[in-house]
Amino acid sequence: MDAKVNRKKLGLKEKYKLLTRDLGWEPSYHAKEKIFPYATYEGIKIHDWDKWEDPFRLTMDSYWKYQAEKERKFYAIIDAHAQNNGHLNLTDARYLSALKIFLQAISPGEYAASKGFARVGREFPGVGTQVACQMQAIDEIRHAQTQIHAMSNYNRFYNGFHAFAQQRDRIWYTSVARSFFDDAMSAGPFEFMIAIGFSFEYVLTNLLFVPFMSGAAYNGDMATVTFGFSAQSDEARHMTLGLECIKFMLEQDPANLPIIQSWIDKWFWRGFRLLGLVGTMMDYMLPKRVMSWREAWDIYGVANGTALFKDLARYGIRPPKSWDDAEAGIDHMSHQFMLGFYQWSFGTCFHSWIPSDEDMAWLAEKYPKSFNQYYLPRWQHIKKLAEAGTPFKNFGVAKLCQTCQLPTVFTEPDEASLLCHREGDYKGEKYHYCSDHCKEIFDNEPEKYIQSWLPLPQLFQAPNFGDIGAWMAWVDLKDGIDNGDYVGSQDEANFQAWRGLATSNSNAQAQGEQ
Amino acid sequence: MAVVAMKPYVGVPRDVVANFNGMQLVYASWDHHLLFASSLMMCLPPQMKFREFVEGPLTVLLQPDPDAGKIEWNKVQWLKSDQAFTPDFEASLKDNGIVHKALLRFKTPGLNSLLKQGA
Repeated sequence: MDAKVNRKKLGLKEKYKLLTRDLGWEPSYHAKEKIFPYATYEGIKIHDWDKWEDPFRLTMDSYWKYQAEKERKFYAIIDAHAQNNGHLNLTDARYLSALKIFLQAISPGEYAASKGFARVGREFPGVGTQVACQMQAIDEIRHAQTQIHAMSNYNRFYNGFHAFAQQRDRIWYTSVARSFFDDAMSAGPFEFMIAIGFSFEYVLTNLLFVPFMSGAAYNGDMATVTFGFSAQSDEARHMTLGLECIKFMLEQDPANLPIIQSWIDKWFWRGFRLLGLVGTMMDYMLPKRVMSWREAWDIYGVANGTALFKDLARYGIRPPKSWDDAEAGIDHMSHQFMLGFYQWSFGTCFHSWIPSDEDMAWLAEKYPKSFNQYYLPRWQHIKKLAEAGTPFKNFGVAKLCQTCQLPTVFTEPDEASLLCHREGDYKGEKYHYCSDHCKEIFDNEPEKYIQSWLPLPQLFQAPNFGDIGAWMAWVDLKDGIDNGDYVGSQDEANFQAWRGLATSNSNAQAQGEQ
Repeated sequence: MAVVAMKPYVGVPRDVVANFNGMQLVYASWDHHLLFASSLMMCLPPQMKFREFVEGPLTVLLQPDPDAGKIEWNKVQWLKSDQAFTPDFEASLKDNGIVHKALLRFKTPGLNSLLKQGA
């Protein structure tokens, strides 16, 4: 028998070098430009890819080990949640509307981010960047999967979760998130990094995840909280990658600055528009509220953003030019969205509702500058219409912004009683926008945005030609079940009946069907 | 450059009028009446008379607003693509120069039940 040789274990530094930098071979029979054809056309100049620093020094073998451990814990808790009827611990089934929007619009975005990072990992010539992007690509696909698994338990009991994959492509409000990621994925690799890696992951992600996960915790949704914990360490890595990437690009060549600044201007605004959906969830959809969207913005937007852009000022970067308009919109956007969701709820695969008097008192307190003056009178009128048996449905479907694809529900930055209309012509066609900033994004690359697949103009084209019933079948929306007001819905009836069975001795039978 | 690309690139617009089976889109927005969360989209035949448009689909959609019954259409101030516009009620949308995806805004000074005083 051979004697066992004691091999010296590799040191961390040595292992890191072997598993990353040493993979960066010098090509001998192909030109480097041919192997990495997408590295230069955006105008970003990189002189030395070795200057790229990997802040985490994580290698693939440790990555697998670490993630597998997290996955084991995650699925153990998800199983326990399912076996113990965890859905009955929710504060109220209204909360599920927030989850339905998340599943239909945001989880597919994680999948899109995975595809995007896999692609740019191939397109960047630097090996440090390639490895970091590869890990993030795997993270993002795990996030899509674990979110879907975490929410699948609710799909057994409640309506509206069943067709998220199809609805991602077909229903109207999901195109906001889809177009955001499509825009990034059809850009070059450097713009993709500023779009997703920096603007979304670094500047805006805290506004998405922190309020969302606290909202889940406050409202008894242990499945989503568990996902949040599992994703948290990945998010820290993603944020660092985004920040590292922008600093690297700025340090490589002074000519990169104006290009990067224009991407920051663009992607901050696109991200800000998308996150308005989170504001609506925080202000209207959580039965037990965490904080208002205004408060979240003051903490995670203003305080963090100010510090970040102060830090980047030494490279010549200034805050996004839409910053002031964003700030002006904060007191209005969640109300504008919820009023829209309510009046178009015949076409949403989630429920909305009229806020209660108590809700409205809270909104008035949190939005002293806007709620009582602008939004309370509308809600009161809508309430009157519902009480009269003629609930408000707006069949004049919305005009969409050609760039961000949101319904143009926003008012002028300096006049909250007037809708903001912007239009333009390009090659003989008319286009409409929600804001000056979305118009400017369009005007910079019109050939890209004229191709936007806008779901509401599409409603009147093939295959549905304006037939709402046919459209509902096409988007797999069951009229009277998945859509409309929460009050009187099957979700409401089932939740109350099951919760009654779980918490009392009543023999009341579940009224709805499973 | 109209798009950042490696070679010349031409996009295909998705919502050209040819896709609408002889119809066209018209957007309408009632200034300072925000019960309607966005501009109203209607898919209409270009031959429709302006009067039929106002008294038909537009009037139906405006019903939920408490001011709807008080609109005096002969006094309404119109804007088409942000320019003042005097429609001919007996002429068609087309002959009024209302092209596919045109936005018509209208103002009714003095009517604003759902805006608090001082707004």
